[in-house]
Amino acid sequence: MDLTATTTVRKPASEVYAFWRDLENLPTFMAHLEEVRAAGDRTSHWSAAAPFGKDVEWDAEITEETPGERIAWRSTGDADVPNAGTVSFVPAPDGASTEVYVSLVYEIPGGSLGKAVAKYFGEEPHQQLDDDLRRFKQVLETGEVVRSDGAPWGKRARKEFPQRPAQPLSDAELAKGAQA
Amino acid sequence: MRANTWSGRNKVEVRDVPDPKILNHRDAIVRITSTAICGSDLHLVDGYVPTMQDGDVLGHEFMGEVIEVGSGVPGDKLRVGDRVVVPFPIACGACAACAAELYSCCENTNPNAGIAEKMFGHPVAGIFGYSHLTGGFAGGQAQYARVPFADVGPLKIESELTDEQVLFLSDILPTGYMGAEMCDIQPSDVVAVWGAGPVGQFAMDSARVLGAAKVIAIDKEPYRLQMAEQAGHIPVNFDDVDVRSRLLELTGGRGPDKCIDAVGLEATHGSAHIAAYDRVKQAVRSETERPHALRQAILSCRSGGVVSVIGVYGGLLDKFPAGAWMNRSLTLRTGQCHVQRYMKPLLQRIERGELDPTRIITHTLPLDEAERGFDMFKNKQDNCEKVVLKP
Ligand SMILES: NC(=O)c1ccc[n+]([C@@H]2O[C@H](COP(=O)([O-])OP(=O)(O)OC[C@H]3O[C@@H](n4cnc5c(N)ncnc54)[C@H](O)[C@@H]3O)[C@@H](O)[C@H]2O)c1
Ligand SMILES: [Zn+2]
Ligand SMILES: [Zn+2]
Repeated sequence: MDLTATTTVRKPASEVYAFWRDLENLPTFMAHLEEVRAAGDRTSHWSAAAPFGKDVEWDAEITEETPGERIAWRSTGDADVPNAGTVSFVPAPDGASTEVYVSLVYEIPGGSLGKAVAKYFGEEPHQQLDDDLRRFKQVLETGEVVRSDGAPWGKRARKEFPQRPAQPLSDAELAKGAQA
Repeated sequence: MRANTWSGRNKVEVRDVPDPKILNHRDAIVRITSTAICGSDLHLVDGYVPTMQDGDVLGHEFMGEVIEVGSGVPGDKLRVGDRVVVPFPIACGACAACAAELYSCCENTNPNAGIAEKMFGHPVAGIFGYSHLTGGFAGGQAQYARVPFADVGPLKIESELTDEQVLFLSDILPTGYMGAEMCDIQPSDVVAVWGAGPVGQFAMDSARVLGAAKVIAIDKEPYRLQMAEQAGHIPVNFDDVDVRSRLLELTGGRGPDKCIDAVGLEATHGSAHIAAYDRVKQAVRSETERPHALRQAILSCRSGGVVSVIGVYGGLLDKFPAGAWMNRSLTLRTGQCHVQRYMKPLLQRIERGELDPTRIITHTLPLDEAERGFDMFKNKQDNCEKVVLKP
């Protein structure tokens, strides 16, 4: 499965690039990631979040990096869901912003894992990546993922509508968090 | 706390809901001292804006006292104890839209941007108490509200002005003003305003302040027209006269130079068969608007004039007079108000006595009587023009 998405962030390319290049930042806005740990300079260990299928982990390596312009990576070894990605950073015509072009490739396996992944992406797979990039932009421009009462859990807000009503959360709901 | 909620089409209910808490670092919690019912709330309650849910807290016009601030709100911007008016669009202050002062189009404040993008092509900002399409944020017809990006939106009131004098800086005064400002008013201009509701009244006052030669008020409610007349505007009752002919009479046959639609998608029509056509289409959802005022504004406007739309539209409309618009070089301008842009300059106009927002308040009720307030405002009972609620 090939996915592409793009957004514009009102920050210089060097800053936007640096945020992405620190791969440990990716789970703050990518819904399907639980954690990314840098191993070496170009190697890292990734683990998926529950909606993507629990206990899915893989190693990855950066295959290309041009500071301020482009990063490419791919999973290594026998990953359950082999995947690769590239992201390019292009100065926008306004002189203040950076256009971000992301392209991801997943090899969806058979069996129950393949089903879980397909279910996660749903009927409009690019929507997930669009939402990831919206949060990426929020984090860079405003400092964090924006929460509302209807969609209080940031990147865990998977269901668009109906959602919880637009009224404040109870202490119990807050304590339970996204699992509620 | 007590809060007024949407509980199905044509139903609001004041209930007990949890108190709001800080969810983002730049949030503040405001104890609300005054809040109001708006014509936009009627569109929600009447069921014309999709993605409302049972239990959604309503209200986007509110002010009060800051009782808590998140760790990301700098002390020089906002502190506990500050008295603030809160603008209805939630804006981050950092995106390209905010940099261009297009706050109601903020690119970051709508967690449901995906839904909005499907409806509108591009997403819109979060708005308090105004459906999940605009974020699913609890509103301000309540005792307390959580205010995101509290370092960007809220306007501090440091003078002795009363709540009633400054409350409408949250929405309808800036909205009416933006409606007039979009008209690019010249001293020779005759400005006609469709709708003598609260927004229309402020559009009329603003047109006068911006130097219009003559301001005309169009509505069918005699008491609302009378209120406009008392403020110095010329009333036209569309139940009694043909609007286009009357406007020609009032302008030496030219038509108004600038026209403002302050009615929106629930306009009523003097002509029964056109009204029936739109009602049926709206009922079967093949058209979401009844755009009589907008059509009439376009057809009445002088060639080369401006039609400024501040009445709310939500979806698709039918029989748009594209021929009149195109062939007569009309300019159409519109927007949800970019409130943050206007709050400070309008506060100064209030302080200088150039605008008196209190003139439209007809009813002040306790929050618990919100349902009665909605009924009176919607059904134009007891000469109701604007309801202020006290939590
Ligand atoms: N653009 C914004 O940011 C913004 C902000 C606030 C409100 N609004 C919108 O402004 C509009 C007016 O708000 P309000 O609070 O004054 O509401 P309101 O319902 O009190 O006023 C609407 C008035 O229009 C009159 N009307 C109905 N059909 C008409 C017609 N064909 N011709 C002339 N008048 C007609 C009604 O009798 C009523 O007096 C609403 O659509 C509201 O959603 C927009
Ligand atoms: Zn309003
Ligand atoms: Zn913004």
